[in-house]
Amino acid sequence: MSDFRNPYTLSGAGLFMLSSLFVCYITIKRISTPSIWVALYWIIILFTSFNAVAKSFVNESRSRMLYYYTLINPAQFILAKMCYHAVLMLLLSIAGVVIYSTLFQMTIQDPLLFWTGAMLGSTGLAFVLSLLSTIAAKAGNNLTLLAILGLPILLPLILVSSALTKNAIDGLDWAVQWKYAFVLLGLNVVCFSLSVILFPYLWRE
Amino acid sequence: MWSVFPSRSSCFHTFGANKKNGTLKLPFALKIASIILVFFALIAGFLVDVPRLDILNETIRNLFFHVTSWFAMVFLFIASFGYSIHYLNTGNAKSDLLAKIFVQTGMVFGVAGLSTGMLWAQYTWGSYWVPDPKLNGAAVALLAYLAYVVLRNSMTDELARAKVSAVYNIFAFVMMVIFIFILPRMTSSLHPGNGGNPAFSSYDLDNSMRIVFYPATIGWILLGLWISELKYRIETLHKKDEEFSNASPIHLDGD
Repeated sequence: MSDFRNPYTLSGAGLFMLSSLFVCYITIKRISTPSIWVALYWIIILFTSFNAVAKSFVNESRSRMLYYYTLINPAQFILAKMCYHAVLMLLLSIAGVVIYSTLFQMTIQDPLLFWTGAMLGSTGLAFVLSLLSTIAAKAGNNLTLLAILGLPILLPLILVSSALTKNAIDGLDWAVQWKYAFVLLGLNVVCFSLSVILFPYLWRE
Repeated sequence: MWSVFPSRSSCFHTFGANKKNGTLKLPFALKIASIILVFFALIAGFLVDVPRLDILNETIRNLFFHVTSWFAMVFLFIASFGYSIHYLNTGNAKSDLLAKIFVQTGMVFGVAGLSTGMLWAQYTWGSYWVPDPKLNGAAVALLAYLAYVVLRNSMTDELARAKVSAVYNIFAFVMMVIFIFILPRMTSSLHPGNGGNPAFSSYDLDNSMRIVFYPATIGWILLGLWISELKYRIETLHKKDEEFSNASPIHLDGD
């Protein structure tokens, strides 16, 4: 989509994450408690996702939307958007985890579960924000509105994924963890299907 | 009990684009019932015999006010959710208005539930706010609905506003359900009804509490519907007024 024609969006989101990571590193230097480590990670990812996903709809001009309108149906459009955002967020959070854990040393006892949590969390963010940024775009494209709309809606997702990743660092048993993983997966499915169902109503003006 | 009747023709109809202005009417008997039930709950809530439990003591009476507010709020939000779905299916402007009004009334009850809960927490837990999943869930759910109001206010085009806010309302409702009903059950919570803390079911033996609790719930819900009805009528009148002054070739206010 238009992001590749205008690489500023992609590099902008990556650079935003990198600089906020670095600001955190410079100001905090060392984190020894897993809960704070996880919280900081998710805050950075949350704001990165706002930047990465929100830009994408803001950049779509009215005439280009009209062009899409003649080409495909709304479900295809939002599916494509969500897949693209999910891949983008996955890449960003992979890079995020790698850089973050290099800057702030932390031993992760259950790496598999940690990555599951990190990945599912970021795809969930992408799904919710895909729809919400369309809403914000309809209401005059402002980022403040997206933050107001997004934060309460995203909180369950952030809470569950931070609980999952924190428990993974502590190396909790799967018997405790499965329900978090299950709910996180469920949240992804709910957000995904809600977006597909609701988007067609927003499509036409 | 809750019906939407299409009204007879009104003199303003010719001016407005809105052809079907309906009246929303809560039957008179139910209004009287809501007054009686709410007053009954207020009086009996303080007078009825309650079980003596450790720590809770007399604060158990908060059940009549706090829990009933939440029930009324959830009921009104469900109504709003239903009207939003109805709006998306039919495009009926009335449903959009009703969805908005139910959110507003629901939020009044939400704030009531939150403040009664905070008062209760101060006496039982020793602090107005504790980091509890249920409390945070409730607060965030209210934030989501506040965001709904902000979203509505930020848009001027009526059709776009109705669509967009209906979509957001549905999203917010689903997240509220997850936040209030699913997440608190995953972690331990101090809140009654979670993690072995006594809740309503443990008072089952005590029928005197039920005698107040159920009427109180019904009373507050009816009151909520009544407030919504009044608000709906006021907003409809405002709309007619606007349509009239916009469409009329003669400017009555003289400028």
